[in-house]
Amino acid sequence: MTQLWIISGYLALLLALGLAASRYFRGTSQDYTLASRSIGPFLLLMSLFGTTMTAFALVGSTGEAYKQGIGVYGMLASSSGILHSLCFFVLGVKLWSLGKKHGYRTQIQFFRDRLESDRIGLLLFPVLVGLVIPYLLIGVMASGGVINGVTSGRIVEGQVVDPTFAEGTFPKFLEEGEKGFVDGSKGGVPRQLASLVICCVVLIYVFFGGMRGTAWANAFQTIVFMALGVVTFVVIANRLGEQDSLLANLREIPKHVPYDKLTRAEIPKLKFFTYMLVPLSVGMFPHLFQHWLTARSARSFKLPVVAHPIFIMIVWVPCVLIGTWAASDLLQIPPPVRANPNIILPFMVKRLAGPVLGGFLTAGILAAIMSSLDSQFLCLGTMFSTDIVTHYASKNRFSDRGQVLLTRGFIVAIVALTYFFSLFEPRQVFTLGVWCFSGFSSLFPLVFAALYWKRLTKAGAYASVLAAIGTWGYLFYQSGFAHNESYALQLTLGDATYEMMPVVGMFSSSLVALVVVSLVTTAPSEKTLEKFFPSRPAS
Amino acid sequence: MPRSLWILVLVLIVLHQDNWLWTDDRLIFGFLPIGLFYQACISLAAGALWWWATIYCWPKDLDGEVPEERSA
Repeated sequence: MTQLWIISGYLALLLALGLAASRYFRGTSQDYTLASRSIGPFLLLMSLFGTTMTAFALVGSTGEAYKQGIGVYGMLASSSGILHSLCFFVLGVKLWSLGKKHGYRTQIQFFRDRLESDRIGLLLFPVLVGLVIPYLLIGVMASGGVINGVTSGRIVEGQVVDPTFAEGTFPKFLEEGEKGFVDGSKGGVPRQLASLVICCVVLIYVFFGGMRGTAWANAFQTIVFMALGVVTFVVIANRLGEQDSLLANLREIPKHVPYDKLTRAEIPKLKFFTYMLVPLSVGMFPHLFQHWLTARSARSFKLPVVAHPIFIMIVWVPCVLIGTWAASDLLQIPPPVRANPNIILPFMVKRLAGPVLGGFLTAGILAAIMSSLDSQFLCLGTMFSTDIVTHYASKNRFSDRGQVLLTRGFIVAIVALTYFFSLFEPRQVFTLGVWCFSGFSSLFPLVFAALYWKRLTKAGAYASVLAAIGTWGYLFYQSGFAHNESYALQLTLGDATYEMMPVVGMFSSSLVALVVVSLVTTAPSEKTLEKFFPSRPAS
Repeated sequence: MPRSLWILVLVLIVLHQDNWLWTDDRLIFGFLPIGLFYQACISLAAGALWWWATIYCWPKDLDGEVPEERSA
């Protein structure tokens, strides 16, 4: 119960922060969605990093390291350090400049202008929203799993021992689930209820605080989860190793970790290499685009570009080590936890930290999750009000305040929809995350070409988006809608067969379609080219 | 973006594929698997590369304020 009080206190603090930010709200839609483009280097770093590090980074990486070992870091963390900053540098700064110059608030506004196509918005809107929803689901599902994981009792010989809540506290269908101990509440807060609370908290501070509240909450939460992440690492190492000092503990634990978790012996080399395409997804994340536009100046990007890879290392290395330690013979992982790697981290926290520390550490995990959810909810609301309603409504039909109301209304609707989807059978956070990121990565050629290739045409862009999403849909179906967690493309050369990530197929088809169709269709007008590729730099 | 930066990014991507450490289970400092240590060094190298890039490759035309033209 102590953990639950601490988590509740943390959530109350976040609500207060969001409401405090709302006191600075200037009443305009630009202030609500972009904080009046006033965000400096530190807040930009924290909000970009907090937004990209979601449940995937803490809960997903630990669970996947438990399954696959240390290779998880190279597959997504170190590659992200290179490519995320590349995207901030090559795409972010340029899009910020164009956004400020031409008054853009969303990606779709930029693409409509650059491609001379009003209808590209009708294609991109459902594609982007459709890809963000699985990303949202990752956070909503993981938050429910984490809270349930730290409040549930232990399973001893088929019985729940030390539950937080007695049997009968919650409705039977929540306590028992469909598969008993695998998805039942086991004496803790049912995951469905916990997810609902997290959705409501994020909804409230985004609803009232807008982008300013989101940026403040992100900065606060990023500090919380980075600091508590290090504390978690030290506490778990000390409790697990049972030696006299931290260093002695750190040296003792790997002796008990299986060989395959300390190496990449079971990870195919080509599959590892093709993971490199996945981090390119940040180039097309609509919520990141919106964060880029909040920057006060181009110089604000310098700190995030440099510090992002280092911050990733600070968060991921401890998580990956904890995941591999969970595979050691120093502790027994019960079958319900083994069956659901999403709860490896909360299980370790609950098992090895005391209730007070466990409560704070859980708050840290939730901080990482919520710092992404908020940006995504706000971004979808902005896209709906800006790209669909305001764009297609007759001129001056909606006042500025009316647009803020529309944004808030759509945020409520999208939170409700995401929560509804999260009630279905949970997928593994890592797998679902990789599918979602792969979809965005396959749209990377589009944004890169829009900024750097004059020959990109409207038809080429349509072909690229359709090829990307068509391939994504086909491969997602082939994987049993992410049910087959090890699904990969097979490349046969002679007698050998190599595995590649599905993103290779999506990215290649998108790129080929974009280049071929652009080359055989009419180039953009001189006016558009002069607007986006001025012969002299704007001053 | 200057060609030198693209080349350095490509070098880092090539170095990221450390096939030579694939099945090596040595521990650095007695606790950090060498494959993880190497990849953490790649993260540090990325930080250094981007620090260099913000000094020597930063787009000069964006240093001043960009005027706002209109609301879309």
